Amino acid sequence: MNTNSSPASRRFGRQRLKGLIGKEFLQIRRDPSSLAIAFLMPVFLLLLFGYGVSLDARHIPVGLIVEKPTPEAASFTAAFEHSAYFEPMPFADMRAAEQALQLRTINAIIRLRGNFSRTLFSPRSAPIQVIVDGVDANTARLISGYIQGVWNQWLIHQAEARGRALDRPVVLEYRIWFNSAVRSRNFLVPGLIAVIMTLIGALLTAMVVAREWERGTMEALIATPVSVLEVLLGKLIPYYILGMGGMLLSIAMAVFLFKVPLVGSFWVLLVAGTLFLLVALGMGLVISIVAKNQFVAGQAAIIVTFLPAFILSGFIFDIDSMPPAIQAFTYLVAARYFVAILQTVFLAGNVWGVILPNLAVLLFMAVLFFALAARRAPRRLE
Amino acid sequence: MPETVSTPASGAAPNAHKQAALEFQAVNKSFRTGERTIEALNAVTLSLAKGVITGLVGPDGAGKTTLMRLAAGLLLPDSGMVRVFGLDTATRMNAIHASIGYMPQRFGLYEDLSVQENLNLYADLHGVGAAERGERFEQLTRMSGLAPFAARLAGRLSGGMKQKLGLACTLISRPRLLLLDEPTVGVDPVSRRELWRIIDYLVAELKTTVVLSTAYLDEAERCADVVVLDEGCVLAHDTPDAFQSEMVGRCYHIDCPGMTKRDIQTHLSGRKGVVDAVIEGERVRLVVDRAVEPEITSLLPNRADARLAPAVPRFEDGFIALLKKRRPQTLRAAHQTIHQVIDERSPESDGEVIRVDGVDRWFGNFHAVKKLTFTVKQGEVFGLLGANGAGKTTTFRMLCGLLPASGGNLRVAGVDLRRAAAKARARIGYMSQKFSLYTHLSVRQNLEFFSSAYGLRNASRAKRIAWALEQFELAPVAHAASGDLPLGYKQRLAMACALMHEPRILFLDEPTSGVDPLARREFWNRTNQLAAQDVTVLVTTHFMEEAEYCDRLVIMVAGHILASGRPSDIKNLVRDDTMPEPTMQQAFIHLVESSELEDKQ
Repeated sequence: MNTNSSPASRRFGRQRLKGLIGKEFLQIRRDPSSLAIAFLMPVFLLLLFGYGVSLDARHIPVGLIVEKPTPEAASFTAAFEHSAYFEPMPFADMRAAEQALQLRTINAIIRLRGNFSRTLFSPRSAPIQVIVDGVDANTARLISGYIQGVWNQWLIHQAEARGRALDRPVVLEYRIWFNSAVRSRNFLVPGLIAVIMTLIGALLTAMVVAREWERGTMEALIATPVSVLEVLLGKLIPYYILGMGGMLLSIAMAVFLFKVPLVGSFWVLLVAGTLFLLVALGMGLVISIVAKNQFVAGQAAIIVTFLPAFILSGFIFDIDSMPPAIQAFTYLVAARYFVAILQTVFLAGNVWGVILPNLAVLLFMAVLFFALAARRAPRRLE
Repeated sequence: MPETVSTPASGAAPNAHKQAALEFQAVNKSFRTGERTIEALNAVTLSLAKGVITGLVGPDGAGKTTLMRLAAGLLLPDSGMVRVFGLDTATRMNAIHASIGYMPQRFGLYEDLSVQENLNLYADLHGVGAAERGERFEQLTRMSGLAPFAARLAGRLSGGMKQKLGLACTLISRPRLLLLDEPTVGVDPVSRRELWRIIDYLVAELKTTVVLSTAYLDEAERCADVVVLDEGCVLAHDTPDAFQSEMVGRCYHIDCPGMTKRDIQTHLSGRKGVVDAVIEGERVRLVVDRAVEPEITSLLPNRADARLAPAVPRFEDGFIALLKKRRPQTLRAAHQTIHQVIDERSPESDGEVIRVDGVDRWFGNFHAVKKLTFTVKQGEVFGLLGANGAGKTTTFRMLCGLLPASGGNLRVAGVDLRRAAAKARARIGYMSQKFSLYTHLSVRQNLEFFSSAYGLRNASRAKRIAWALEQFELAPVAHAASGDLPLGYKQRLAMACALMHEPRILFLDEPTSGVDPLARREFWNRTNQLAAQDVTVLVTTHFMEEAEYCDRLVIMVAGHILASGRPSDIKNLVRDDTMPEPTMQQAFIHLVESSELEDKQ
């Protein structure tokens, strides 16, 4: 192909690549929107998910109606008052409590009937009535579970106090592993790293390449002796560095600010992060080759990469509880594999049985997207 | 002569005996946009000589940009072969790219990089070593006058400066073949002249081969060879002189006491035997279809005092004659009614519809418009001229109520813009530089949108849309997406949109920038019709011959008015022994340069 062997026309030139990378960094530095996506958005998302969003229910306001005060009833309400999960509010009658439930000042009503003490240890009927606001199904389930917990605990105490065994054949003893404090922050923040890297790898990359088409600079670029490989690497290397920067920032904030334990190895994280970032960059490049204006590229990147990473990766929503069709679809979402690695390495440690298969899938996806990007990359204007 | 070389077999021009730098052999190229297939180039065979400047001219959509891109190897022909210095673009891209410099229409600059950073980047991309770099940078920035702006972001440069930076970036590699796609669009005459100085130097000193496409026919005249393209076909390939000599005996100047030049032009254009009638200085330039002196009485009946004098042919005359021969239907005299009724009379008793009094505009620390004062009378065509960045667009936006003035008084159509900008806007039509159309909407949908935006409804709206489709000859493309149309069509559509609500004042911001000469003539025809119906027209332009079409004009430099008056007044300002008969272009350059000289002292 190359008979002309002057230095300028070689297929790969270090000087050309250096020029392209330098240019990219200058543009990143000057463009506030690039900087915002690369640095501000990650910090914002981390703060939001670290502090704002919590899937744990704490200090839940509940209405308490005690129809006939007895020592048992008093000890039962005390159990609620001592619980970290509840914020009991006494109500005189059912009507007032129902009103409060409708106004959403309380999330549940617990009603002790007049016959509470009498029927307490009789096997026949349920002596307390619980009404839970089911609008938010997730919270409703949590609340009813917590109430059950408090109730069981109290029953055990009562039985012990009276010196007789509770009429229960099996007693469950829970031990929670891998996130023993059961803080949702501990799995949200690691998962968020996948979302942040998708943002930088796919969204930002797709948009900056589309910008070159939009402003006509790509046309000028292709008419120089630059090769396809150099153009691709010229985008890849800067945004790889930026993406890894985003990852290190996220890890640092997770460990030092949110006190998420990092049980596994930092180096495993780096390897997995590199692979995932390559997948994201590959997706970004493929999108930008198809969509040659910034608006379309941005929309496509959000729909094809960002939203799936957010919703279908297991970062917030448990994949196992999704309908089977959606579960099957999540296998196409690269972030799913990375989130699995992140949550495992952070909370459980270097569990190779989980890490290696997921890494293998990421590697396969990275190769796939790069092959696509290299094949479809612009050598000419069409 | 021009017409005879249009057969595909021959592309030989007088300079072709020299070895070819660029060869096209039976090249076909077509594109698909939606359902339409556009034949961009059709059996083009060309051979462009080494070491000279070849100009590429033709109407919009003729295939100029496609030809440039094929030459740069950015596109491959559907059939046929393109060779650069004997190398096939299909297989030898790398070798070709090492020896060419290509400047696309928007210059290919990174606007968020500084002048120096752009130069560095292109030096890197072309593999210019550190040793040669310093000297080349020094030479290029000195030649282009960019040296004082090395640290400025490219996006902050004026249009003329951007264009020179774009050129400097393409010249860093010392290309043997320089491909420039419309390098002078939207660039003022002073900057254009500087660009040509650089190009002439390259050809003379470095023996560079230059191919450039242009909408300015006076630039085509400076080329060694000219290729005329139309609808994807090569109509002619010859020296500019050959085009001119064909026109000997067919060009005249005509004037007539008691008739305005615009009246004469309107009267003559479209008449049988008349190829072209344009205003030139104080007279009308007439081009006829045969080399026989026409009878004055047949041209202007009952005007015995009209004078006819032979004129020296120009390249433009030959070009227009060539295109007209291919499609006689265009440029028919579009006698039209723009407004059914002008019911209201002049809002101000003295006929002044625009009064600008001591208007200032600041952008932060930048004084964009300084104490501007002028008035425009009803039915006038008023021109606003100036170099890039002189404050013309800012002035326009203030007049349209799109931008508040920082100080001073502005009255438009009898309304104080400070108090009732919206009321004034209802009485004006505005056509912006970029034509502000919805590119994904069809022609009809654009008209529908703009008419409803101006509050037209039902029958009156339908009537107005039908009027626009007919008068602007848009009916054949009514359902085409407006973004796919050639520039000339877009311009017509944009003008139609600005006229939907029958405004009494029309603002046209660089309406003819990048538009080909035929479409420009049509455009001015329509504008003259409007003025004849008492519509006031304000227009900015970089074509100095268009300044002659204005009744009065102002020349702006750095935010203030340098000169104002009728075109003849402006030219009188610079008339002296060295320039007894100055053109508007000479007058403009002289005025702007002497003011810059004063600033320096």
